[in-house]
Amino acid sequence: MKGRLMLVVGAVLAGVFAIAALVSLVWVPVPVEQLAVASKLKPIGTPGFPLGTDHFGRDILSMLMVGARTSIAVAILAVGIGMGFGVPLGLLAAAKRGSLVDEVVMRGNDLVFAFPSLVIAILITAVFGPSATNAIIAIGIFNIPVFARVTRGGALSLWTLDYIRAAEVAGKGRARISFEHILPNIANLLIVQGTIQFSLGILAEAGLSYVGLGAQPPIPSWGRMLAEAQTMIAMAPHMAILPGLAIVLTVLGLNLMGDGLRDLLDPRLRRAR
Amino acid sequence: MTLLSVQNLKLAIHGTEILHGVSFDMARGEVFGLVGESGSGKSLTAFSAMQLLPNGAKTSGRIVLDGTDLLAQTEPQMCGIRGRDIGMIFQEPMTALNPVQTIGDQVAEALVIHGAATRADALKVAREKLDRVGLTADRFPLARFPHELSGGQRQRVCIAMAIALRPKLLVADEPTTALDVTTQAQILDLLKGLVAEEGMGLMLITHDLAVVAGIADHVAVMQHGRIVEQGPTEALFRARTHDYTRRLFAASAHHPVRTAEVTETPLLQVQDVRRSYALPRKSLTGPAPRLEAVKGVSFTLRQGESLGLVGESGCGKSTLTRAILGLEETQGGTIRLDGAEIGAGGMTPALRAKMQVVFQDPYGSFNPRWKVGRLVAEPFHLVPTPQAEQHDRVAQALSEVGLKPADAQKYIHEFSGGQRQRIAIARALIVRPRLIVLDEAVSALDVRVRAQILDLLADLQASHGLSYLFISHDLHVVRAITDRVMVMQSGQIVEQGQTETVFSAPQHPYTRQLIAATPVIPSEWMQDNDTLV
Repeated sequence: MKGRLMLVVGAVLAGVFAIAALVSLVWVPVPVEQLAVASKLKPIGTPGFPLGTDHFGRDILSMLMVGARTSIAVAILAVGIGMGFGVPLGLLAAAKRGSLVDEVVMRGNDLVFAFPSLVIAILITAVFGPSATNAIIAIGIFNIPVFARVTRGGALSLWTLDYIRAAEVAGKGRARISFEHILPNIANLLIVQGTIQFSLGILAEAGLSYVGLGAQPPIPSWGRMLAEAQTMIAMAPHMAILPGLAIVLTVLGLNLMGDGLRDLLDPRLRRAR
Repeated sequence: MTLLSVQNLKLAIHGTEILHGVSFDMARGEVFGLVGESGSGKSLTAFSAMQLLPNGAKTSGRIVLDGTDLLAQTEPQMCGIRGRDIGMIFQEPMTALNPVQTIGDQVAEALVIHGAATRADALKVAREKLDRVGLTADRFPLARFPHELSGGQRQRVCIAMAIALRPKLLVADEPTTALDVTTQAQILDLLKGLVAEEGMGLMLITHDLAVVAGIADHVAVMQHGRIVEQGPTEALFRARTHDYTRRLFAASAHHPVRTAEVTETPLLQVQDVRRSYALPRKSLTGPAPRLEAVKGVSFTLRQGESLGLVGESGCGKSTLTRAILGLEETQGGTIRLDGAEIGAGGMTPALRAKMQVVFQDPYGSFNPRWKVGRLVAEPFHLVPTPQAEQHDRVAQALSEVGLKPADAQKYIHEFSGGQRQRIAIARALIVRPRLIVLDEAVSALDVRVRAQILDLLADLQASHGLSYLFISHDLHVVRAITDRVMVMQSGQIVEQGQTETVFSAPQHPYTRQLIAATPVIPSEWMQDNDTLV
């Protein structure tokens, strides 16, 4: 029952931001490019600007909606890169455990892990120029070893089980066993890890935009909204609080949803309920 | 004098009553056997005494240990009692010890926790206790870690931990089920000696009637959360008043009726097979040392025959099995199935389809995310078959093993251990193999379920003309189901012959040792009652 509640709360939180991001594709209360210096720094509840305005008089609600789109897009693609490369590498390493392939894959992972991720992300975006695309690639690369390790760890314990032996006796090769038997049984792990990495991706994107290396103006992003609010914090605290809350609530919602999903997706736990 | 008195113990978990009024008394210095099948509530009875119950459990009744009502104690009071007044030994010595602590520290821990000694003194006591359980200082210093010990040695450490504070009551939950027969005999002897010496009571929980017969003074038989019969062991075993007790005895002595005909045609020919593993290098130069797990094994399995392979853990029988199944390379010798050679990787699907396998663990043998229909159909990978025919044959195989065709739509967790083993047999049958390798296939089952599965195997052998390679450490089962038997020790087959000949007149000293160590119910106990064969 507790798991179900967590799932609902998490899904509602994450869903609100996902819907906001989708709606922003077709409609926002005020276009974010529209500056209205006359009505700058309006507090929350101003008619026409429900969540107030920033120092250029842009509508903060609209900015948050479009910012959600940026954050979610960057995080989804970064997790996609991580899973797309990391999971097959992990499966391969587990299928050929103890061999040279396993060593090469896992030591390669160690190599990536050995670099501080945000510093390298800053390096990449600094060399190739700051943009949302480069932020995605930088965050994505550091997701690969995370997924490779989780996959290999989960797969290794499964490879010792008798149903894998039975599949081998049924003449199935390692690749087929990896995708038919191993992958579905570590999906739980990957979903949970995926939501954690997703929320870390949102944080990383916010961090990169905060230092000006993420999405570039005029595309709004939560991280840059925070950075811009810094100097105004005494005059207009809502400018900092609102994007901050958006980040916290999205990350919290995703983590709750990950835990809830894991319980829901496991047929053994389903029976216990 | 009464040590432990359980009166009308009831236990409900989340409102479902599991123990329905269990009552028994145990005296000091007595071994009290609690027998029953899985799910009969025998372990929960012991856990109720320890107050180690799952969330949502409610108990009523009285459990009085030496004047103290255990059910009335608070959790902090119980913490003082557990370990000091009640010691516990678990089934699985491999997981009952903390792998990162030395054995000395783990035995001493109980003394330190209960404030009975300082660490230095506790280590001295630990040394004494380890000596007492047969782990002497010269070979087993306190600084040893659990992974350096064998299963039997670890169980001895667990016993040393349990008796460190000389508890009044020792609870042993299936203490020898995970051990080999010769080790089992030693551990049972040790427990018996400890009870006599220290005057403690031993509650021995087991499903094995023969173990109880050899060690317990009193015995209680449990079924569905009730004690159906209790009394002095010999009297109870001779009389077998209750119907359930009688059925348990019949099942444990069950010999399936076998009508299959053994031909002279060889099916599986194993010639001088060798299998070795590389060990870690000792020095930078020079070859890595190798461990020879199978040292030149040869035998022939004929069509329609049941061939037994017995031996203790580590004797190489699992390695040999994997080689026969073509899952691992061998380092020498040949294995031929129906004339064609088997080697890892190089087997044609048609050859693989002639041989299937049933594993020991009914819980680990199936992908939990697949439905039974897909699980049973998995070996069709070897012989491409149209979907419609696959569907029919799955239904047929499920009927053959005593399940319903509709069960194909269910997930594996909806089945009990015995039913799962039936599904495993259906999966092995589906491509109509000639040989089925049964790797400890009935070892994890309760006696009555085991008897049913053995009957099923005997019937299928007759109707399908199957051959079995039956690998087991359980001599009773091997004797019941095989025509010929091979005894394996340290990678070699030391004796083989007709099953009855080997069991009645063993030639090799190791075979004799195995047979002598196997617990049996004294045959004169069985004669009084004619309802049994």
